[in-house]
Amino acid sequence: MDGPNVAWYIAIAAVLFGIGALGVLIRRNTLVVLLSLELMLNAGNLALIALSRHFHNGAGQIFALTVMAIAASEVCVGLGLVVALNRRNLSLDVDTLSELRG
Amino acid sequence: MSGLVVASSAGNVLVWIVWIVAALACLASGIAVVTFSNPFFSALALIGNLGSLAVMYLLLSAEFVAAAQVLVYAGAVVVMFLFVIAYVGPRHETPWSGGPGWQTVGAVAAAGALLVEIVVAVGMQASGSLSHQTSVGTDFGTPGWIGRVFLTDHLLAFEITSVVLLVAAVGGVVLGSHTRRAT
Repeated sequence: MDGPNVAWYIAIAAVLFGIGALGVLIRRNTLVVLLSLELMLNAGNLALIALSRHFHNGAGQIFALTVMAIAASEVCVGLGLVVALNRRNLSLDVDTLSELRG
Repeated sequence: MSGLVVASSAGNVLVWIVWIVAALACLASGIAVVTFSNPFFSALALIGNLGSLAVMYLLLSAEFVAAAQVLVYAGAVVVMFLFVIAYVGPRHETPWSGGPGWQTVGAVAAAGALLVEIVVAVGMQASGSLSHQTSVGTDFGTPGWIGRVFLTDHLLAFEITSVVLLVAAVGGVVLGSHTRRAT
């Protein structure tokens, strides 16, 4: 199958990672920061799978599946934190959450 | 699998068309996730992003990962996001005026620098070896192959992932429990 070669996929992954990094840096809402983090993880997954096919090595796909499980864990804990913050009537703005006090 | 058969029989023009559509949808929905002021719409745009990435995984002959992407991300993670966004209520925010002006400029500059860094690093390290086409066998990326590799060569990663998921589930329960007192 002749399609776009792996460099095109890497380029898309790099741009997607940049968009996600921009979202993490620029957004103030904790939930949108978590969503942008998902974008960055997916960009990494795309690069892993593209290189896995390119080098005909299955370890990339295995690692992509592991990253998916870790992302699910991260969302579980992150959304638990958001719900806990909301229950204490704290703001979800990452600029006001600057004191790491229990 | 049927997508691959159709693509190889119809020539590589169809593959390029599918790839370009998926890539444009991927980038557009990624920008939409970052720029929508309503988090609910950001989460919905993430579904489009994950779907277009799943199409790219199919083009890369990673059928099982594409299916897992749709099931785990679009089916579980985004739905959980939508539940929490609905729970905490709508909080509108203008993305481009969140902080001081220098902060926005610095964020754009840092993200651009990161992108340039990735492109330069990959280009310098592997520009020659990434241009040629490769072919893979028919069982590459199928569920049976993934399962065999996961339970033989990568068993340790499999077991560690299960422990991490258990720890995350316990952490989610602890964070969400009502009996915990604020100190």
